[in-house]
Amino acid sequence: MYVAVKGGEAAIAASLDLIAYHRRGDLSVSEIEVAQIRQQMKICVARVMNEGSLYDEDLAALALKQAQGDIVEAAFLMRAFRTTLKRLGSSLPLDITKMAVQRRISAAFKDLPGGQILGPTYDYTHRLFEFSLAAQGSEPEVQESSSVLDASMPRVADLLADEGLIEPELPADHDPSPMDITRDPVEFPADRATRLQILSRGDEGFLLGLAYSTQRGFGGNHPFAGEIRMGEVSVQFYSEELGMVLDIGDITVTECQMINQFKGSAKIPPQFTRGYGFTFGHCERKAMSMALVDRALKSKDLDEGHTYPAQQEEFVLYHCDSIEASGFVEHLKLPHYVDFQGELELIRKIRAEQALSKANAAQQSLDAPQ
Amino acid sequence: MTLSSQTLSYDLDYNYGYLDEQTKRMVRRAILKAIAIPGYQVPFGSREMPLARGWGTGGIQITASLIGPSDCLKVIDQGADDTTNAVSIRNFFARVSGVNTTEKVSEASIIQTRHRIPEQPLVEGQILVYQVPQPEPLRGLEPSELETRNLHAWAEYGLMHVRLYEDISRFGHVTSTYSYPVMVNDRYITSPTPIPKFDNPKMDMMPALQLFGAGREKRIYAIPPYTKVKSLDFEDHPFTIQKWDQPCGICGSKFSYLDEVIVDDKGSRLFVCSDTDYCRQSASAAQQ
Repeated sequence: MYVAVKGGEAAIAASLDLIAYHRRGDLSVSEIEVAQIRQQMKICVARVMNEGSLYDEDLAALALKQAQGDIVEAAFLMRAFRTTLKRLGSSLPLDITKMAVQRRISAAFKDLPGGQILGPTYDYTHRLFEFSLAAQGSEPEVQESSSVLDASMPRVADLLADEGLIEPELPADHDPSPMDITRDPVEFPADRATRLQILSRGDEGFLLGLAYSTQRGFGGNHPFAGEIRMGEVSVQFYSEELGMVLDIGDITVTECQMINQFKGSAKIPPQFTRGYGFTFGHCERKAMSMALVDRALKSKDLDEGHTYPAQQEEFVLYHCDSIEASGFVEHLKLPHYVDFQGELELIRKIRAEQALSKANAAQQSLDAPQ
Repeated sequence: MTLSSQTLSYDLDYNYGYLDEQTKRMVRRAILKAIAIPGYQVPFGSREMPLARGWGTGGIQITASLIGPSDCLKVIDQGADDTTNAVSIRNFFARVSGVNTTEKVSEASIIQTRHRIPEQPLVEGQILVYQVPQPEPLRGLEPSELETRNLHAWAEYGLMHVRLYEDISRFGHVTSTYSYPVMVNDRYITSPTPIPKFDNPKMDMMPALQLFGAGREKRIYAIPPYTKVKSLDFEDHPFTIQKWDQPCGICGSKFSYLDEVIVDDKGSRLFVCSDTDYCRQSASAAQQ
């Protein structure tokens, strides 16, 4: 006699115990500390903050520990926490020209006001293992430079804008209160502020692939990395009660401005166009990918046609969110036996009917006079 | 309604029912609009929930916005109270709202469901909350949301009728066995969610309020009590529901939706009620 499967409750409890056990691993190895993750896995922490759309390095590090390093799971923890936080207000726009720059490069100009600052980058490392890291660890030292960086560094795109060669970056009608994708449902066609919000917390891998596709010919538009900069900017908040602007802290951000060719259309003269990428922390690949996809999504407004995947906003914006994508893909693990039963019933019925009509037809042809 | 934290124990780290009050108000407004326009998909500011997208976050947000200390909650998945996700959602609400939970349809004021409508008819005052993976019944025919919203606005439903016609001409049947599209209040083609078409007739003129939440897709829709719900069909190919050759292997019911269970490695099969509450009741009635 079949006994219906019971015990979902007990199974869940046991499963929770098991993940705690596997998370800790071999007890003879010392337990990883959240502070270590925060300090030594910074780029991973940045990615979790971006896709979790919450700037909090401690929480992102904790999320990574709790999720055993699963980035999407960690970002999900951030989102689920973020949604319960009270909304106090909006910060003032960040002033990127006042960034305390750690890295700033332009691939469009050999030299420019403020100079090229290489900063920390893996770009010119040779991808050869440093086995010493596994052996004894390291206590690296850096030398302080004798020269001082310029206090203010103009953005490359602004320099071009002064000459009128690049599309102007004008605030949208409802600026400085753009639509907030975390409070209101997105409607299509989406405006640029909405698109940028979605892209900036989109999945890095998905955006990277889309960006790559525009370069390879699925929506060609040759970009120049006008400027990539990374460093600390201060976040300012206007307090109604105090009647003054408060500096509430510094955050590390990466910004990428791509300069793209544009042949011009019936309405718009030839000019350079912009693609914009912005991320929390040091997250350069994502910022560049975002900038390429942002530009691709402008194709409709620029009458370039919008036939390639990266140019279709519903395709890009609906599917780039790692939290939503992973939730829905993984929901296939949930039971579907009611629906599957319906499909079984139907396919058996159709096959039986077809077998019957085939048999009838065969019978008729036998019965038919020769 | 008074709320006393002495008599009601719930997780005080979060607001009652998990969502903050502003969010609840926003969801309730969307629900009211949905009730006013039966079958119309109302966009709402769906929040991230601590359960994954696609695992019932829309239904959970509706339930969280409605639930109060006097409620009694039943949660089912595939008709059963003891499937893992139903257990998980029920535990979540026990934790954040402290309400009583039940497995009995008759005791519940709110029933959150995935993929089934209980066999026992619902009554006035009850609310059935469906979890919705894809609120747009036309999505399979038209991928663009911009387009499908226009099609609904103009009641431009030719696409769907052609699809049903093509099914019949190719296979002799409409091949949707679940998520079988319905017309609500003679106006909107609506997704009944992936309930088996067996359950579609229960939606018609149901005395209970039916609410549908799609968290990932950020839509809420509703079917108010005693609203006409018609499964799409043709005069010469009327809508039919699934039938089984044998009764439930546990309770002997001939009227319920059955799940097929493979019981040994020789492929022997047993058919049992998918609705566990119904099966238990009908088994005990059969014993007496």
